[in-house]
Amino acid sequence: MAKAYWNKAEETLERNTLRKLQLKRLRETVGWALKTPFYRARLRKAGIFSTRDIKRLDDLKKIPFTTKDDLRECYPYGLLSVDLKDVVRIHTSSGTTGTPTVIYHTREDVARWTDLVARCIVATGAGKKDVFQNMMSYGMFTGGLGLHYGAERVGMTVIPIGSGNTKRQIQLMHDFKTTVAHITPSYMLHIYSKLSEANLSVSDLSLKKAYLGAEPYSENTRKKIEGLLGIDAYNSYGLSEMNGPGVAFECVYKRGMHVWEDAYIIEVIDPRTLEESCAEQEGEVVFTTLTRSATPLLRYRTRDLAFIYEGGCKCGRTHRKISRITGRTDDMLIVNGVNVYPSQIEEVIMRIPQVGTNYQIYLEKEGSLDKLVVKVEIYSKMFKGDLRELDALRERMQEDLRASIIISPAIELHEPGSLPVFEGKAKRVVDTRQKL
Amino acid sequence: MPKQLHVFVENKPGRLESVTEVLYKNGINVIAFTIQDRGDFGMLKLLADKPDQAYLVLADKGFACAVKDVMMVAIKDKPGNLYKLTSVLLRHKVNIIDAHGFVIEPGKKGVCCLELAETKGVKQLLEKEGFSLMDEEKLAGLLL
Repeated sequence: MAKAYWNKAEETLERNTLRKLQLKRLRETVGWALKTPFYRARLRKAGIFSTRDIKRLDDLKKIPFTTKDDLRECYPYGLLSVDLKDVVRIHTSSGTTGTPTVIYHTREDVARWTDLVARCIVATGAGKKDVFQNMMSYGMFTGGLGLHYGAERVGMTVIPIGSGNTKRQIQLMHDFKTTVAHITPSYMLHIYSKLSEANLSVSDLSLKKAYLGAEPYSENTRKKIEGLLGIDAYNSYGLSEMNGPGVAFECVYKRGMHVWEDAYIIEVIDPRTLEESCAEQEGEVVFTTLTRSATPLLRYRTRDLAFIYEGGCKCGRTHRKISRITGRTDDMLIVNGVNVYPSQIEEVIMRIPQVGTNYQIYLEKEGSLDKLVVKVEIYSKMFKGDLRELDALRERMQEDLRASIIISPAIELHEPGSLPVFEGKAKRVVDTRQKL
Repeated sequence: MPKQLHVFVENKPGRLESVTEVLYKNGINVIAFTIQDRGDFGMLKLLADKPDQAYLVLADKGFACAVKDVMMVAIKDKPGNLYKLTSVLLRHKVNIIDAHGFVIEPGKKGVCCLELAETKGVKQLLEKEGFSLMDEEKLAGLLL
């Protein structure tokens, strides 16, 4: 296989040199962090007053972990380390409640992020000659813009269609001879199932590669997608707190995702003891940004479970690889690539007086796609016997939920006392989806 | 004004059975009923001989229910009479939210049960046009 690199020197840095670079950048990052109200207080408590207090990479361990709740409490400006006039982009993502979390980027931050994505694309063997159809959402979701910028940087022909509208996706895929798709695995399968409706078959398409991300899936699903569409599918990993896509990506060998270690320090910990996991042992992935000046994050707990592969890669890249994400340490749900916390849904339900406090979150598959159903009970005392009021209630719930979790679930109204009751920490999520 | 009982029922087997069981066990007679369907649930609307008691026994069993005032117009069971009624309402721009009707004596007497967007002055209006409106007693009297 041809070994193509976006930046060979950076991607094949000798491990020792890479670690030295990490230390240099960690110091820089701590410097940025000390400019934020949140980290200034937290780092001082840990005995870190200036960048000089970071002498070796191991000093990272003196710094406490940062959590999603920390980010939420810092909303909106607590983690901003530059003057707002130097910020060129804001990405918010859903918090565990209605308060979102925010990441700021300077022009340089976006450029560095874009560069990492360009590395990913080239590592899969794609390049300038490819036609890239970006079927991930644009906007606040980082998946769309992240790959878009990277693909343009590489010089691909970009079709910025975003997610949804299957008929049009298929038409453009066909008409412009799309060779690379960026898509969730469930939507890829959905597209495949709709080809015949467009009187097309796989052989009418020019698709060669798919970048699959935003939701968990198994090796079997990858094989299935590759087999059905006659393509190579690559695993992509990222999270908005770490910019978005471009944190880790598979190379042509498709055996784990290279984490760009000159941009992120990765740790894997036991989520209970918070001790570092042994080599190749699964644990919670923790990242420290090394090249983002506007919102530095130190030891951010992703809640994603994975493990690090030891040893090199045939592609020659020295940046270590992580496994696909095998699960979560919290109750976050992923619905058609969108992250949803049950607590966000609960918060909305509790605000609405016409429904009771007992509810159920129900997930099922509709074809290849996910369907989210929120089941609530009518609250007798507020019942007026007016059907139009119930219609309005359903609409309001849908709107409020959409504002909080971005997607519009189906709302089911039930009779009082008809949903199962749970004692203690309610187990209200019923997920009937088969694992992809 | 006569009262109609509105009950929220899920659209699945056994729900109407549960409602009617409660009514039966409490000796409540149903005069007429209709269901407005919304897919996964519906609104059961019923006229009963003892609407307030019906409300209490259903609420006690946990049903989401409510008692609503409705307008009940007695009309002759002859072609054109329903048209006459709706024409009067149209002339006065009164919107009908929901309605159902039933025949008491075939060929002689029917009843039209109306939920109106605006009820003010409608009674007088209909009476002026020669319709006779039923009150609660007359409604209960239908059963005697």
